[in-house]
Amino acid sequence: MNTMTVEQDKFNPRPVKFVLWLFILSSIMMFAGLTSAYIVRQAEGNWKIFDLPSIFYITTVLILLSSATMHYSVLQAKKNNIAKQQIGLWLSFLLGAGFLAGQYMGWQELIANKVYFVGNPSESFVYVISGLHGAHIVAGLLLMVSALIGVYRNISQTKNIFRMELTSIFWHFIDILWIYLFVFLLINR
Amino acid sequence: MSTQALDHTDVHAHSDHHEHHPETFWSKYVFSMDHKMIAKQFLITGIIMAIIGMVLSVLFRIQLGWPEESFPFLERILGKWAKDGRIDPSFYMSMVTIHGTIMVFFVLTAGLSGTFSNLLIPLQVGARDMASPFINMLSYWFFFTASVIMTYSLMIETGPASGGWTIYPPLSALPKAMPGSGLGMTLWLLSMGLFVASSLMGGINYISTVLNMRTKGMAMTKMPLTIWAFFLTAVLGVLSFPVLLAGVILLIFDRSFGTSFYLSDIYIGGEALPNHGGSPVLFQHLFWFLGHPEVYIIIMPALGITSEIIATNARKPIFGYRAMIMSLIGIAFLSFIVWGHHMFVTGMNPFLGSVFMFTTLIIAVPSAVKTFNYLATLWKGNIQFTPAMMFSMGLVSLFISGGLTGIFLGNAALDINLHDTYFVVAHFHIVMGSSAMFGMFAGVYHWYPKMFGRMMDARLGYFHFWLTFIAVYCVFFPMHFIGLDGVPRRYYAFTSFEFMNEWLVVNQFISIAAIIGSLAQFIFLYNFFRSIFKGEKATQNPWKSNTLEWTTPVEHIHGNWPGEIPSVYRWPYDYSKPGHDEDFIPQTTPYSETISSNIPTDFGIHEEPVKAEEKSN
Ligand code: HEM
Ligand SMILES: [Cu+2]
Repeated sequence: MNTMTVEQDKFNPRPVKFVLWLFILSSIMMFAGLTSAYIVRQAEGNWKIFDLPSIFYITTVLILLSSATMHYSVLQAKKNNIAKQQIGLWLSFLLGAGFLAGQYMGWQELIANKVYFVGNPSESFVYVISGLHGAHIVAGLLLMVSALIGVYRNISQTKNIFRMELTSIFWHFIDILWIYLFVFLLINR
Repeated sequence: MSTQALDHTDVHAHSDHHEHHPETFWSKYVFSMDHKMIAKQFLITGIIMAIIGMVLSVLFRIQLGWPEESFPFLERILGKWAKDGRIDPSFYMSMVTIHGTIMVFFVLTAGLSGTFSNLLIPLQVGARDMASPFINMLSYWFFFTASVIMTYSLMIETGPASGGWTIYPPLSALPKAMPGSGLGMTLWLLSMGLFVASSLMGGINYISTVLNMRTKGMAMTKMPLTIWAFFLTAVLGVLSFPVLLAGVILLIFDRSFGTSFYLSDIYIGGEALPNHGGSPVLFQHLFWFLGHPEVYIIIMPALGITSEIIATNARKPIFGYRAMIMSLIGIAFLSFIVWGHHMFVTGMNPFLGSVFMFTTLIIAVPSAVKTFNYLATLWKGNIQFTPAMMFSMGLVSLFISGGLTGIFLGNAALDINLHDTYFVVAHFHIVMGSSAMFGMFAGVYHWYPKMFGRMMDARLGYFHFWLTFIAVYCVFFPMHFIGLDGVPRRYYAFTSFEFMNEWLVVNQFISIAAIIGSLAQFIFLYNFFRSIFKGEKATQNPWKSNTLEWTTPVEHIHGNWPGEIPSVYRWPYDYSKPGHDEDFIPQTTPYSETISSNIPTDFGIHEEPVKAEEKSN
């Protein structure tokens, strides 16, 4: 009887992972909506042109690095190297937090250059797009926290790997998303 | 896979399971994670919202039919919104707006998809529950909260949102634009924000369940058409609601933080607003990129339900199963590239207009394929006229009548005349509003035994059907003529303009029909609620249907099937198969048990070899 109950609770990651992919898809659609709104609006003229904050180049490097450390961490988790997994996770977390701080400094830089949230739509769009992306970063950091908590609580290896996979899929997604958004903003000014 | 893991359980394991987690009132009826209970929660919330939407429509129909008269009882119900028994013009706008919002989103999106996707997806694909029962529960509670907020907005001092269900800026973007643009609009946005979250959670779950949790043998090409419809509906939702969200986020920044995405050069009371450089047409693009898929989000589940009910009750295999799937996929795909047909008159580049006209007219093709297939399925069928079947045939009728007027509207040149007139109102109330409502009624009558273990009264069902069917045509058909004459929609009184005066009689006729039609819904409500307690007890498979949900016990149990989940061997439409002694063969019957009726196509062998042989002769 007991074995059966255990088997019933047997944990199946596939549908949940799928849910994450669908969430990513809907997120892509939201940014696709925003960036096409950007283009449509730009085509109508009356569009202010300005430079993106230089710190955005640095944050782009930071988030690329964090993806690498995230990948490292997953690999170590799969090899059952818990200590190294932890290091990788912490590094990714710090780099991710650094990215967020950098984005905020980018906003400060924009303000210093007299590019305001409340101004020409071309200015507002930069804030909205980077801000919504930042919200995704916060969600990614929370996923990392949950993976970290899992590691410290010594959850089972299957669950650990599962959390790591979810976290890394999402994190790589928001990394790529940022690169798309950044390049998009650079090209379409 | 969880389904496999669960396959090995038996009845004992289940009762054992229950002892470990005793069900309380709260976990069973309120914060339930069981898809069957969540389906009922969606249905009943949807019904309550539908009643609110219906009452609003009766109120504004009274205004349209008798604009000069005074009705003291209105003042008693509405208070300051109907001083001296006459409805206040801005409250008229509010009622139209909230009626539209409630019907489109809360009743025909959440009420319809939420009820039947939740009930039928796990039951018809053979799963114990949804991919994530917890997210499923959240989806309902977000929807519930959204409903409460939307209803509450009707009662606030300044009145609810009033700019129409499409909330175009600037009316929606400037809190000072009209009374409803203030707190009312804020509540609308809050409510719809929760609603979008609810839809996304629901849709993501449906997709994941259909793709990952089908039972053994349930290939995608053996799924009932209901599941195909719910699946593609969910895909449309996941792809289009986020775009609405993007549009609404920008709107919120315009409203509350002073940005100018949609606003430019506006004067209020002679004073220029600081907003500069925005474009209200931008909002329309973002809105209709959701808005058009949304209308198919509404109709596709109804079409799926109809396919299932028509095949079952015509006792015939559905005509063109693959064509039905392909046309659903075609509709789903095309619905993303036609949104411009709502914007022909926004100063759109005529070339772009003709592109949208082209895609719009193409979408009529898969829609027509579906109706022809319904008719071909009915043709020479051994038709069982159950109430569900009546409503399904009613849907086919309405879908044809309303689809035809779509072809007029899809012409960019004709639309210059027809846009924003009662012709559009007639079009979409018939093709979407009424037919989807008919699909929902059909579904309720058909799956009531599965939901409540009892039958609804058939005689009341027929009564309900005929009154509703006739009322719908009496209400919406004359609107075509009003619209052709150029009468605009959303006008408070037809008496204020000379040329509209002559339509007053027609309006009175429409209002009377609408009131009768609304009263007829009480027959349904009585039947529905009475049958929960007093209805005749249902047998396990009352309609002699092939699909998996009828293999589950009448009493609901957690996990749906007491033992193993049954395997599936055939498609769901083996009705009246020649050579078989009964006129239906459930999906769970293996071919080895039906030797007398097997034909080569059952095994993927098609006619070609035979023909080739004939030729060589
Ligand atoms: C034969 C296929 C169809 C064509 C060619 C078509 C075409 C159109 C066009 C061109 C308009 C815009 C009219 C205007 O505002 O000037 C329109 C409005 C509308 N259509 Fe259709 N339609 C079709 C089928 C449908 C279906 C199946 C549904 C819903 C299930 C639907 C729902 C609506 C709604 C809700 C509106 C009005 C939205 C509003 O302005 O409030 N249509 N249709
Ligand atoms: Cu449309």
